Amino acid sequence: MITLGDYLVVSAILFTMGFAGVMLRRNLIVILMSLELMLNAANLSLVAFSRFRVGANGLPNYNGQVFVFFVITVAAAEVAVGLALLVALYRARQTTNVEDIRSLKF
Amino acid sequence: MSPFLFWLFASLTLIFGAAVVLNPNPVASALSLVASFLGLSALFMSLDAFFIGIIQVLVYAGAVMVLFLFIIMLLDLRAEERRRINWLAAAGGFGVAVILLVQICVVIVHFQAAKQTFPPLARPTSADVWNIGQLLFMNYNLPFQVIGVLVLVATVGVVLLSRREPR
Repeated sequence: MITLGDYLVVSAILFTMGFAGVMLRRNLIVILMSLELMLNAANLSLVAFSRFRVGANGLPNYNGQVFVFFVITVAAAEVAVGLALLVALYRARQTTNVEDIRSLKF
Repeated sequence: MSPFLFWLFASLTLIFGAAVVLNPNPVASALSLVASFLGLSALFMSLDAFFIGIIQVLVYAGAVMVLFLFIIMLLDLRAEERRRINWLAAAGGFGVAVILLVQICVVIVHFQAAKQTFPPLARPTSADVWNIGQLLFMNYNLPFQVIGVLVLVATVGVVLLSRREPR
């Protein structure tokens, strides 16, 4: 049988992949995609806990799913702003590689 | 949910998730992300969260990924040219990620509830959208309004950012 731990392990691996993408990749678009992977890994564990906590009325605890709804909305807004910043940056510097953007680097 | 289907969709999600990070071409990364989100949406549905699974497909695989592909097309990005990789920094980043994974797995192993299976539901949750909507508009009405303001601010910000500077 599938336990809660199985979903949590899948979520942990997905989060780590996104984290590794943010740490290792140098392309800003791929970094934004890795951020999405991390947010979705968190969503998976939220939904798993929501299904795990069945209330007295025999329904899942929907608070977790409402939270996932908010996370998806914020993530969509974040992607829109992030990509607009990326386009503005590309206009100014003609690059999406984070190693070429070093004006603020100490 | 049969274990076979769970492992099928979990491996689909993880393999395409790895492809997002490993692929040098941004277009291939974006398409792998779509496939990964479809697998994730199936996992949501296996947890009886049909509403979340549907908006996962609609919002992520639909809207957000079209936005990504549109930007990639607009900027005409090609596969990254081979650069000299800073191996020390890459090994450091990989090491930190592995340490994080080990830590989370240790927490899960010591978490007693993680060994239990999911309790059965009293009735099939076909009224899933109704229940979430009830909670959203009754208990979480203020956060819902605030999210609306956030989306408005994001829209105005995007318009402002993408406007060309008048010379």
